[in-house]
Amino acid sequence: MIPELGHYALMLALGLALIQGIMPIVGTRTNDPVLMSMAAPSALAQFFFVAIAFTSLAICYVTSDFSVLNVFENSNSHMPFIYRLTSLWGNHEGSMLLWVSILAFFGALVAVFGTNLPVVLKANALAVQAWIAAAFHLFILTTSNPFVRIPQAPFEGRDLNPILQDPGLAFHPPMLYLGYVGFSIAFSFAIAALLEGRIDAAWARWVRPWVLGAWMCLTLGIAGGSYWAYYELGWGGFWFWDPVENASLMPWLAGTALLHSAVVMEKRGALKVWTILLAILTFSLSLIGTFLVRSGVLTSVHAFATDPTRGIFILAILVVFIGGALALFGWRAPLLKQGGLFAPISREGALVFNNLFLTTACATVFVGTLYPLALEALTGEKISVGAPFFNSTFGPLFIPLLLVMPFGPLMGWKRGDLLGAAQRLMAAALLGALATAAAFAIEQGGPVLAPFGAGIAVFVMAGAVTDIAERTLFMRVPFRASLQRAIGLPRSAWGTAFAHFGIGATLLGIVAVTAWGSERIAEVKIGDNLDIAHYRLTLDGLFNREGPNYRDMVGRFTVRRMNGEYIGVMEPSRRSFPNRNMTTTEAALMTRGVSQLYLSLGDPGPDERVAVRLYFKPHVLLIWLGAAIMFAGGALSLSDRRLRVGAPRPAKARAVLQPAE
Amino acid sequence: MTRKQRRLVLVGAGVGVLAIAVALMLNAFRDSIVFFNSPTDVAAKQVPPGTRIRLGGLVKDGSVTRGSNLSVRFEVTDGKSEIPVSYQGVLPDLFREGQGVVAEGALDAGGTFNADTILAKHDETYMPKEVADALKKSGHWKDDYAQRAAMPVGGANK
Repeated sequence: MIPELGHYALMLALGLALIQGIMPIVGTRTNDPVLMSMAAPSALAQFFFVAIAFTSLAICYVTSDFSVLNVFENSNSHMPFIYRLTSLWGNHEGSMLLWVSILAFFGALVAVFGTNLPVVLKANALAVQAWIAAAFHLFILTTSNPFVRIPQAPFEGRDLNPILQDPGLAFHPPMLYLGYVGFSIAFSFAIAALLEGRIDAAWARWVRPWVLGAWMCLTLGIAGGSYWAYYELGWGGFWFWDPVENASLMPWLAGTALLHSAVVMEKRGALKVWTILLAILTFSLSLIGTFLVRSGVLTSVHAFATDPTRGIFILAILVVFIGGALALFGWRAPLLKQGGLFAPISREGALVFNNLFLTTACATVFVGTLYPLALEALTGEKISVGAPFFNSTFGPLFIPLLLVMPFGPLMGWKRGDLLGAAQRLMAAALLGALATAAAFAIEQGGPVLAPFGAGIAVFVMAGAVTDIAERTLFMRVPFRASLQRAIGLPRSAWGTAFAHFGIGATLLGIVAVTAWGSERIAEVKIGDNLDIAHYRLTLDGLFNREGPNYRDMVGRFTVRRMNGEYIGVMEPSRRSFPNRNMTTTEAALMTRGVSQLYLSLGDPGPDERVAVRLYFKPHVLLIWLGAAIMFAGGALSLSDRRLRVGAPRPAKARAVLQPAE
Repeated sequence: MTRKQRRLVLVGAGVGVLAIAVALMLNAFRDSIVFFNSPTDVAAKQVPPGTRIRLGGLVKDGSVTRGSNLSVRFEVTDGKSEIPVSYQGVLPDLFREGQGVVAEGALDAGGTFNADTILAKHDETYMPKEVADALKKSGHWKDDYAQRAAMPVGGANK
């Protein structure tokens, strides 16, 4: 009964999406306020029914209703509650349902919180949002229905892929989707502006919070996925330049660019056309990400679907939405009026620099990710483009970006003072140079460029601190006055500083762990010692442990300092899942400050020996802490007064709107 | 500066950065691309020793021998030809005889493939796509590789 209810609710949602997609547009064309005002309630109703569908499937999963094929294939009643729930999106059908649920959720948010939007813009934007929703509802209903029943219900489910049986699954996909789908709002607003043929600075003010929110979620989603891969796959890598990872990195890069260009548009009325284009591109990359990951073009743990009709359907969605949006852009963008003059050396100039390098870096990732697919389609030749490609293209493009980053916030709008900014960054540059020198002195080995990387990272972090110090006149006025100023600073200034600091921290972590990490791979028997960095590990014993739906073979290691001082115990294991006849590696991590010891077990060898991989990962936690700091920066910026209450009222906004030409 | 000049600066900068990016990419494509080959391809194309390639196929039944210090030797087959592979290190969780495998490395002068990376697989039904295609080409493909356990069978209470 419950699955049928969910299925039916999803069909109703499709119907509502069609209404929401057609009526308001007709309304804006015929100037009919009644039709236009249908957008918001139908968006809410659509969300209501999608939520019913989602909840129905969730109930099937939690109660282990194996008469539903999707539940049977991906769940098992022995799994803990949390995995029974999260396996909902650990498969193709369920993850697409999660995707549309989030899409409908965002549509409802716009309907509720967009009360101060101009009526026409809101009607158009919600209609565009509904087209996307309708396409995906149709996709789910025709090719990926999660509510299909099995005539004779089995007693037990097939279990979730063991790699996915992890708290990471509860966090990573929803966050990533919040990011991907959040960008759909910027897309809808961009299309709405193009349909209407006019746009002004207020547009950026309405769109920016959504972009910011999506960007925050995507940042955490990517970082979460990276940490999950790091501890789950058993070889301690945090980023593999895997196409699936690139698929999430591309919208992040474009979204970061969009975030910055929207600032210019909001404050200075410049870069309007560019911002619109970026909004379209960012969501297009999100769609391409969904396509790459879900279509089965790429095989990986993420590719659930290998049914070609689904791939073709998603491809059609891509062509229609991206092609349509770009065609509309080409046709209507010349109508949008340019505004806002600025000198090349200025805050705007710095933000344009940021955009230029971010989008170019994004383009190199795009080429590197899609070139193998294109080549195979055209010539049948199979190649792999791996880390070396991205390191030698993406890396050099990111370095100038990082070097210029601290200058941006210190420059004035319209015309900046480069020399002044450079003088104020002297201390930060000195710190960076010092860090480089220290890295050369302390760390032996590693690439020659690594100390410079560390120096740049420190420069970026110190630059972010400089920005705040400058704004609060730190050391120039009494401390109390500085504190007063610090409290009075706009939250968005703090947000910028935090986000930039976070980038520096992440970079420092990446440099340290890639350049100065160490690795031991060995076969050990009980009583053997393994030395790494300044730690000594001893294998004390091997034993078995039973879990709810698996069995662990555990190795117990004692960790001591070189001088014999006891620190703790690490227990890596090999976990075998009888239901899937599969083994996973459960690495043991020991955190020391922001560094980690990483230990994983390999195959048991002959005569009681076991293979182990042991890594020392210096400053590795900075990689994800940096992302958390970026998230915090976004949150601070989002709580800025300007974005909460500062948005202009509709009547006022109307007067500001420029006429279509 | 006039509006036109400013725009020119902007466009110039954009073209400049793009040109740099293209140069970087072309350079990287020359150095860092790795071609995928099945054992038959390796024989047919006469891949020279020392060239980095990916070798994919099935781990031949009964070919895995483990030596001391985590060294392992096995043969990769696509049903037509075989290539001996040597590797030192910890094998991925799902490395098994009769299963698909992708190894990255280079051939030595004696015709042995020295792998430095053995790619991990993700679940028991997963077959690297390259391997599946290579097997289909050599006629060694069995349908059940893809379908094994993909459908519920009867009660399926295993």
